[in-house]
Amino acid sequence: MIKDWVLEDLTVDQKLEPMMKPPITKVQLAQYAGASGDFNPLHLDDGFAQKIGMDGVIAHGMLVMGFLGEYVMKIAGKKARVVNFKMRFGKMTVPGDEIRCSGVVKRTYEEEGKRRIALDLTAEKVSGEVVGSGSAILQLT
Amino acid sequence: MDLDKSVIGLTSDEYVFEVESRHVGQFVTAIGDDNPLYTDDQYAKESAYVGLIVPPTFPIAMNDGKVKMPLQLDHRRMLHGEQEFLYYKPIRIGDQLRCQIKVRDLYDKEGKSGKMQFLKLDTEMNDQTGELVCISRMNIVYRAAKN
Repeated sequence: MIKDWVLEDLTVDQKLEPMMKPPITKVQLAQYAGASGDFNPLHLDDGFAQKIGMDGVIAHGMLVMGFLGEYVMKIAGKKARVVNFKMRFGKMTVPGDEIRCSGVVKRTYEEEGKRRIALDLTAEKVSGEVVGSGSAILQLT
Repeated sequence: MDLDKSVIGLTSDEYVFEVESRHVGQFVTAIGDDNPLYTDDQYAKESAYVGLIVPPTFPIAMNDGKVKMPLQLDHRRMLHGEQEFLYYKPIRIGDQLRCQIKVRDLYDKEGKSGKMQFLKLDTEMNDQTGELVCISRMNIVYRAAKN
């Protein structure tokens, strides 16, 4: 697991230690299809994917968001709750891709008497191609 | 056929979704997410959530596969452009959440390949007492029909 951040000490523009995911596998896409209920053959059937002009299956965009979700919850650790989390889908992800999640502190502020930290989040391939860009708001307890 | 603003406000039927331990386990395994907040009772109790929760993208899996969408869409023209979750209360294993899909917004934009439509669909999840737990907001790009 990534290190325990002292959330109170985070400052604007501070970069957070990235998290690397192991390469995406086809088995993982089948697992994600089952767990999420998204059985679109584009994620499971190479023949189908090739028929519509792809090289083969592509990963579920929501799996990539799942990686960023894992990352943001590890930053939040034990001391914060996540109150908002969003992601815009970028380039397609395929089996074999290794996704790197990273984050930057965008803003720190108070709301309803509680400290909040807004983060910008990025999921990218080793090549630097962005597959998801998002943001999250943590609320400290 | 293009959509028009009259779809805004349309809702699906309400359905009840039960959060099951095995389902959450399959979901975290697929992602490869080893955060103890989803599995370690003691750890979770000491956290800001004061108990086990589900991963932040789990609400996307909270469809029963049977619910009828509030409007007819051509899946070949749909592109999931953006996803947002708004969290109000923690989601716990054993929760029975009342879910309903609503058309929140529809607007047009001129794109490189002609007019594109943007559709925002909210799935609102309420607990048994009627309190809002989570909104899963899907932003869909709805491309022009091919002639």
